[in-house]
Amino acid sequence: MNPALRRGVALASLAALGVAVLVACLGLPDFGHPRGPYATAVIPLSLNERHATSVVGAITFDIRGIDTLGEELILFSAAVGATVLLRSQRAEEDARDAIERHHALAERTPAPVRGLGAALTGPLLVFGVYIVAHGHLTPGGGFQGGVVLAAAFLLVYASGHFIRARRVKPVSLVEAGEAAGAGAYVLIALGGLVFAGAAMENFLPYGTTGQLLSAGTIPVLNVAVGVEVCGAIVLILSELLDQAMLRHEDA
Amino acid sequence: MNVLLLVTLALVALSGTATVLVRDPARQLVVAGVFGLALAIMFFAFGAPDVALSQIVVSAIAVPVMALLTLARFDRDNR
Repeated sequence: MNPALRRGVALASLAALGVAVLVACLGLPDFGHPRGPYATAVIPLSLNERHATSVVGAITFDIRGIDTLGEELILFSAAVGATVLLRSQRAEEDARDAIERHHALAERTPAPVRGLGAALTGPLLVFGVYIVAHGHLTPGGGFQGGVVLAAAFLLVYASGHFIRARRVKPVSLVEAGEAAGAGAYVLIALGGLVFAGAAMENFLPYGTTGQLLSAGTIPVLNVAVGVEVCGAIVLILSELLDQAMLRHEDA
Repeated sequence: MNVLLLVTLALVALSGTATVLVRDPARQLVVAGVFGLALAIMFFAFGAPDVALSQIVVSAIAVPVMALLTLARFDRDNR
């Protein structure tokens, strides 16, 4: 296929796609006026039946809690798969290791970057815990909070020597946290089966709507997801950093 | 549809186009981060703060760092 013909085919199909997208957009419901009864029905449902002021949290962890269980396990296996792949490549690097590690040690991070990272780590940790803990009350939850917490650990990497990050972030603890988070979600799902008769069914007291300790299993599930997501992201990032910096166990 | 929504939509279109036009992968990552931020602001303006939070953490933290580390690995292999 010559370039002119290829360009012609590309432009024609892009134009067709553009027309299709435009037609589809014209058929969308107006902003703020959803079709069907579900969008309006779910708000009183999550508020009165589930005692959660964050409707998204009630949907994610109750109405379609089994889907979230699947997503949890996808992230878990993705992190394990990436780790296994990256670790199996490690042996071939050994020869160039010593020289490269020397370089990595010599290249110090600029002082302003280190200062900013150190100043942001604490607030980011608090913010992450807040997002995880208030997932059933305000926007946020385990996934978002977990990644914010992982970002705080990443700042420790960026702001200090990576030797110091080894002490803050022992890899075995991260692995254990990831597995424990995924396992805790499965256990809570099974707990619904045992105590309430259906998987993911709530089996904890609802408490007062709007309080920190309310909405039954949702805050517990948020903590499980937060620990799992934070562990998975830190694990993947530290394996990639190992590859980039060639930091070894004997470093 | 009010002005704020239109402005955020225009920002998304602009930064999305810019992301495609930048050819150097390392620079493209930075522009892609701006694109992600524009998307997050748009989600927030449209009343979806949950999605906006996820968008920020994924596009500003997880993806750029992973892609940067992969680029660093490629650079080393080429040397």
